[in-house]
Amino acid sequence: MNSSVPLLEVNDLVVHFAGSTMGLFNRSDQTVKALNSVSMTIRSGETLGLVGESGSGKSTFGRAILRLGELTSGSVLFDGVEVANGTSGDIAWLRRETAMVFQDPYGALNPRMTVGDAIAEVLTVHNKIPTAKLNERVQELLALVGMDTELASRRPADLSGGQCQRVGIARALAIEPRLIVADECVAALDVSIQGQIINLLIELREKMKLSMIFIAHDLAIVRRLCDRVAVMYLGRIVEEGPTDRVFNAPCHPYTQSLISAIPEIDPDKPLPEQLLGGEPPSPISLPNGCAFHPRCPIAQDKCRDSPVPALRGEDGHLSACIFSSESIFPQPT
Amino acid sequence: MSPPVLSVRDLSVIAKTDQGPQTLVDRVSFELNRGEILGLVGESGSGKSMTCRAIIGLLPSSRISISGGSVILRGKSDLTHLEESDMRKVRGGDIGMIFQNPSSHLDPVMSIGGQITESIRYHHQVNRAEARNRAIEILHQVGISDPAQRIDDYPHEFSGGMRQRAMIAVALACNPEILIADEPTTALDVTVQAQILRLLMDLREKRELSIILITHDLGVVAQVCDTVAVMYGGRICERGPKREIILDAHHPYTTGLIDCQPSGGSHRGLVKTIAGQPPSQGSMPTGCAFHPRCAHATKECAQTEPAAVDYQPNHMLACHHPIGEINEGGRA
Ligand SMILES: Nc1ncnc2c1ncn2[C@@H]1O[C@H](COP(=O)(O)OP(=O)(O)O)[C@@H](O)[C@H]1O
Ligand SMILES: Nc1ncnc2c1ncn2[C@@H]1O[C@H](COP(=O)(O)OP(=O)(O)O)[C@@H](O)[C@H]1O
Ligand code: SF4
Ligand SMILES: [Mg+2]
Ligand SMILES: [Mg+2]
Repeated sequence: MNSSVPLLEVNDLVVHFAGSTMGLFNRSDQTVKALNSVSMTIRSGETLGLVGESGSGKSTFGRAILRLGELTSGSVLFDGVEVANGTSGDIAWLRRETAMVFQDPYGALNPRMTVGDAIAEVLTVHNKIPTAKLNERVQELLALVGMDTELASRRPADLSGGQCQRVGIARALAIEPRLIVADECVAALDVSIQGQIINLLIELREKMKLSMIFIAHDLAIVRRLCDRVAVMYLGRIVEEGPTDRVFNAPCHPYTQSLISAIPEIDPDKPLPEQLLGGEPPSPISLPNGCAFHPRCPIAQDKCRDSPVPALRGEDGHLSACIFSSESIFPQPT
Repeated sequence: MSPPVLSVRDLSVIAKTDQGPQTLVDRVSFELNRGEILGLVGESGSGKSMTCRAIIGLLPSSRISISGGSVILRGKSDLTHLEESDMRKVRGGDIGMIFQNPSSHLDPVMSIGGQITESIRYHHQVNRAEARNRAIEILHQVGISDPAQRIDDYPHEFSGGMRQRAMIAVALACNPEILIADEPTTALDVTVQAQILRLLMDLREKRELSIILITHDLGVVAQVCDTVAVMYGGRICERGPKREIILDAHHPYTTGLIDCQPSGGSHRGLVKTIAGQPPSQGSMPTGCAFHPRCAHATKECAQTEPAAVDYQPNHMLACHHPIGEINEGGRA
């Protein structure tokens, strides 16, 4: 590993899904523009939170960079190696260096396999350990994710949602990955169990020096866990930066709306007066100019006309709004 | 003072299983006043949905039945004793219900307008044209723009947030006094959630609608509810005004639930958690159902069930070792 090279560097990643060509007379372009030129860098040991409303392209991004999903154009450098159009050898190598944790803890596991076998399967597929040591390693992994090793003989149906998610994490760790993409991995869990899993991820990350892309629509969780946050809207990153900066001083009006909509447990804080109206438009026909303009409370004519470039300040805070330049580049006082 | 719109007393629901009868809802009591929003919170499996299904007589299987208690509507009829034909009039007519997933509760092959007018004409003697006009008016009230154009659309032509609005429109078609909303915003983005919550509050304001809002999100409770009932293992363990529940809770489960919300505290780093798992059906702990997870539990908690005590006229608590100072001044 070359420490000057970021662990992951994504440039201008585009993922378009060809639309179904059902209607004979329907000549309009039905391409789903799920990701539209996304760039991002993740350093070793860093956790990046990816947030945005459903349909904004978060899962598509996670799958594309791990080469589990389609990729239309752009570059994905993992540890300096181009994997966007890599050889099968490169992809196999990427599989050994990365792992994904999914939302549905039951769906991700084979119902007929015991927990121990499900973990052992990953170890065997990746040739991680001699067969004689398999059991010992399974027990180690179970302990690592805070599970009673007795549970190795159980099947998913006998486990709670939180326990299944721990097994999912153990399977990901079995690979000994350098990067984990966790896609809404606590969304299906009760809040008391959510906390247990978040804390486990925080511990593991420190213990194992993991890099992580944490995809979530729950901003409060991202704020707890992540070093940096990227906010996605219609397949573009509209704001990105250090977590504290983004939460304390969001620049993009979309981020501002998202943050103000988080319900806080404060009986004196009613619903905000200014609510973001509407829902994201279809990624089949992206609005011109700034894609957010139809919902933006401060949009002007120039927002509708031409694409809005993203500006990045010195501290790495990025925003793609024409009204952000002052907050991104604060004037010396 | 007028009686509560709805008064639930010691409502219990049991399921017949191969291991014998199991209690799913255990002596649940609360009152709902006109224009009040009551939040029903608790982890999944705690009995929130089952309580509401029992209220409207829609239990999910013949093996599940009400085993005791009463549900008094407007101080008069006990809904637990109504015939199904009368209950059908209550549903929609007096009590409307909406759910987390509109797609599975709206008819996919009937237009939105058709579903609203069907309900209007089931409950009221009006002609087609009048029902249609009313439907357009209701769609307008729930915030659907161009309702006259959208009324003939089918559910799949609506976005997620619009579908939730449409389900609210169907539930409100006959002007019920009570709306039961079972996790109506759980599947929505925070932005759309805020819109739907605003709509519910507007409807409460304009129609003096009383709402039972089931949610697992205490942030939502803090924003919109007047009263909160916290459920655990089929029982209400604490119930009181929102401010008291959030700022001055006494049940260890309530405080645990508040502390483990990711949005709370420092905003960064480790979250407080409640150890262990909620009880599953068929393995309900003895004594206080929360005792295996409770940091304050004693031998007594494992043996005897704490009584539900109204230590103030509108603050109920069921715990042997309440947290903090209990001011029993208001106790009757
Ligand atoms: N395989 C696919 N084929 C066509 N469209 C897809 C496919 N996968 C995702 N999409 C579309 O791409 C957009 C982004 O989806 P997704 O990445 O799942 O968003 P998110 O994870 O942020 O909710 C959505 O409009 C979705 O419907
Ligand atoms: N159709 C059903 N048959 C048998 N038991 C059920 C059924 N639905 C729910 N239960 C049980 O009833 C209890 C309460 O469930 P529910 O009211 O759905 O909880 P909540 O809405 O709080 O998540 C749980 O123990 C659950 O397993
Ligand atoms: S009764 Fe005991 S176990 Fe139950 S919540 Fe109170 S202190 Fe905890
Ligand atoms: Mg997704
Ligand atoms: Mg429920």
